[in-house]
Amino acid sequence: MVAVKTIRKSLTGAQAAAEAMKQVDVDVVAAYPITPQTPIVQEYAQFVADGIVNTEMIQVESEHSAMSAVIGAAASGARATTATSAQGLAYMWEMVGIASTLRLPIVMNIVNRALSGPLNIHCDHSDAMSIRDLGWIMLFSENPQEVYYNNILAFRIAEDPRVFLPVAVNQDGFITSHCVEAVDVLEDEFVKKFVGDYKYPYTLLDFENPISVGEWAMPSHYFEFRVSVQKAIEDSVPVIEEIFDKFYQETGVKFDFFEGYRVEDADIVFISMGSTSGTVRYVVDRMRSKGGKVGSINVRVFRPFRIDKLLNIIPNAKYLVVMDRSLSFGTTGSPLYQDITSGLYSKDRCLLVNNYVYGLGGRDITDTDIEEVYEHALYSMSEGISGQVVYVGLNPSFVKK
Amino acid sequence: MLAVSKDIKTINLNIGGYAEGSTALNNKTGGWRTFKPVLSRDKCVDCMICWIYCPDDSIVVKDGKMIGFDYEYCKGCRVCANVCPRSAIEMVSER
Ligand code: SF4
Ligand code: SF4
Repeated sequence: MVAVKTIRKSLTGAQAAAEAMKQVDVDVVAAYPITPQTPIVQEYAQFVADGIVNTEMIQVESEHSAMSAVIGAAASGARATTATSAQGLAYMWEMVGIASTLRLPIVMNIVNRALSGPLNIHCDHSDAMSIRDLGWIMLFSENPQEVYYNNILAFRIAEDPRVFLPVAVNQDGFITSHCVEAVDVLEDEFVKKFVGDYKYPYTLLDFENPISVGEWAMPSHYFEFRVSVQKAIEDSVPVIEEIFDKFYQETGVKFDFFEGYRVEDADIVFISMGSTSGTVRYVVDRMRSKGGKVGSINVRVFRPFRIDKLLNIIPNAKYLVVMDRSLSFGTTGSPLYQDITSGLYSKDRCLLVNNYVYGLGGRDITDTDIEEVYEHALYSMSEGISGQVVYVGLNPSFVKK
Repeated sequence: MLAVSKDIKTINLNIGGYAEGSTALNNKTGGWRTFKPVLSRDKCVDCMICWIYCPDDSIVVKDGKMIGFDYEYCKGCRVCANVCPRSAIEMVSER
């Protein structure tokens, strides 16, 4: 069925992102180095130096400037991208929300890393969670292959005139960004054609029709602009579906908002994002071989978050294990858990749900840890326990006997 | 008015809120003023410093001469009076 050719390469997640950016042939890259994002831009700078791409590379003095430069470039009619992690994203934050409300189709790779403090360079999702309410479409990647595909899809989604919103492509710091895996790379021509040309309704550089971008809005208009962003992200859902479907038709690679694994008859369903989803599937197979009715879901599209799509693929679930790699201080449960529990309530579906917080600051999460979570889930399901936050892999000396 | 989110239709605003050129002219900021600048022509040497500094294009210049203020837009911010090297601009209460 599928005629498109691929070449298998050994790539890290960072290289996979750079590879996709190269094939898409980005006009402007503005970035500031930060661990563990640096290898993406480093790799891309090599492509620029070797004359392989036709890109204006802007070495800015901070992430705030990186996003500012990319906003200016996108508003001028250039395909523009950047990449960052943790403190860089925090420093960029002010401009991140402006990019989406200006409706600029910028793609940004986020190599997920723990937010300070204490200072830590390792993986968790607290950086990405800080922008979850800012109007960006957010894709998560399990491995370098998904980083590669997500990047191609991200440009296509962002630049669709029915969407015009920025897209963040997330990958786990070090675990995905620095580990080499086999990645099937599509042909340059195919990627170019699939993504198409970047065309925006206006350009700042049109001197015949001068405009200004980044306007103020008084109480008489601000509200409507914010609601129009909400509407845009809601309306992106059918477009994302259509683009995933087109990608499937042309490459044979299937994407969905939520990737279910052995979920149809499962009573216990794990829900996770990023690299941990692979470990979870491994444990699901092991528990299945022992007769457990267990399945898992990998969250690929975190924003827009569509609880109906999630519930559709788990008709028989009784108990949800929601795995969060971040904390939301001062409220019940972490971001993914909040989305799922509030969604369940609105859909009138009463399941037992507990929140399993793990892996902060790069704390290892192993198959043994996940088996332990499964045991806890079995017990909680039989006792009807719900609404608890459970820390996985915490130092036992901090726990009451 | 209450509007249920699912009933929101396409919001007819410029995408991202960009503005066409010169649309600031629709916004008559003169109504913000409590003090208005008044020129003493005899002190003025037409150095155009006030014209450079005015944030609202409200210094009226004709044939290279500073002739007064456009009160439709002048916000009364006092910048011109402050920068004038000849103290040729006085701020007068409009109360
Ligand atoms: S700054 Fe003063 S002297 Fe110069 S043009 Fe304006 S009013 Fe005249
Ligand atoms: S008061 Fe302010 S707005 Fe008015 S003319 Fe002087 S500088 Fe311009």
